[in-house]
Amino acid sequence: MISVENVSKSFTLHNQGAAVIEVMSGASFTVAPGECVALTGDSGAGKSTLMRMIYGNYLAASGAIRVGGVDVASAEPREILQLRRETLGYVSQFLRVVPRVPSLDVVAEPLLALGADRNAALDRARDLLTRLNIPETLWSLSPTTFSGGEQQRVNIARGFAHTYPAMLLDEPTASLDATNRATVLSLIDEAKARGAAIVGIFHDAEARERVADREIDVSRFTPGRAA
Amino acid sequence: MTPLLSVRNIRKSYGARIGCADVSFDLYPGEVMGIVGESGSGKSTLLNALAGHLEPDCGEVLFDTRAEGLRDTLTMSEPERRMLSRTDWAFVHQNPRDGLRMGVSAGGNVGERLMAVGARHYGDIRESATDWLGRVEIAADRIDDRPRAFSGGMQQRLQIARNLVTGPRLVFMDEPTGGLDVSVQARLLDLLRGLVREMGLSAIIVTHDLAVVRLLADRLMVMKSGRVVESGLTDQVLDDPQHAYTQLLVSSVLQV
Repeated sequence: MISVENVSKSFTLHNQGAAVIEVMSGASFTVAPGECVALTGDSGAGKSTLMRMIYGNYLAASGAIRVGGVDVASAEPREILQLRRETLGYVSQFLRVVPRVPSLDVVAEPLLALGADRNAALDRARDLLTRLNIPETLWSLSPTTFSGGEQQRVNIARGFAHTYPAMLLDEPTASLDATNRATVLSLIDEAKARGAAIVGIFHDAEARERVADREIDVSRFTPGRAA
Repeated sequence: MTPLLSVRNIRKSYGARIGCADVSFDLYPGEVMGIVGESGSGKSTLLNALAGHLEPDCGEVLFDTRAEGLRDTLTMSEPERRMLSRTDWAFVHQNPRDGLRMGVSAGGNVGERLMAVGARHYGDIRESATDWLGRVEIAADRIDDRPRAFSGGMQQRLQIARNLVTGPRLVFMDEPTGGLDVSVQARLLDLLRGLVREMGLSAIIVTHDLAVVRLLADRLMVMKSGRVVESGLTDQVLDDPQHAYTQLLVSSVLQV
């Protein structure tokens, strides 16, 4: 479902003497449907960079990144947008929303963008917010004023609203208490059970062991270290 | 898929100075494209050339017309182009006073565009106008007030209602949130996003505000000195800018 082939990445800092920083080379791995792969490595090893390249948020310098038949590394913007709408979900560490939009609509939005029935989308959003223990009194409020943990849970609810065949999870259990952490882990289990291919970053070792089928040490792909 | 708008090698010079040059892109139905760049980078010149307000020196602006498919709007007859700008196209000006008739009531401003495409039944026009004022969050009891009695944010929302009432397929926007305070901006952005999704609009938005394009635009073009220096998916261009100028632009934004 997800296949990363010989991907490299460098950053050129034009405004700092055109310094070129090579951060990754020769990154290759695949994720099958129903499988969860955890990216590991020290802070700065390139876990998030790799994940962002799979999402098309960072531009890969070379190589191919295939997600469900689309090569993200070379696709047109509208192909990537369609991929993100239909196939590839991403739960980032931080929620970014339009101010003023109620949490319920924030969560339902990915479904509405797919043209789902408004009531069905809102039902799904209510169900997820309930499971993630967001009190009903907050549903009609914008999440911009919520606490960090609440924002993270709204973000997760939004990420799981549509049943994407491929998902990227960046620290989904960070800043959550034990109950909510368990809920998130069961959401991940359910996604795997319906055949989603998942790439995750989990600093929480216990969570990683619970849901990940394999680990990939990203520092293998750091130029100069692997060779 | 046929692009809704296909732009080929647009160039507009002011004497020896370049307004914009060598601009080409395709815009597909439902896509929102942002054009960013500093003052004087040619973004407004480009927008005006695309919308038919300025005649470019060379190039093609092909639009997927309902009747005849892709046609070059620059070589269309004036009546055809005027009809297009009343039906399938809309233009939201930065200053609402440029896009509204200040001496005509709010309802009249919205209704006028309907009448321009042939609506004649007063009851229907007024009903449509009331509906649209509601959609842009202007209270129904303000329908007979003139825009000069409105705040800046309300005027801008009225301008949007006037533009969208005929169900256009392509909207040009020149700094739609410029000059509005931040809370009003947020409300307008939310409104625009909802309308774009509900109506399946395509839009080209010129702005210097990177936060606005991040929230509204699917794709981004970065202009400098009249030329496009970088383009791509909005979040990719903002988070992983490749060109020196884009890097400078992104790193110059003050963090709140």
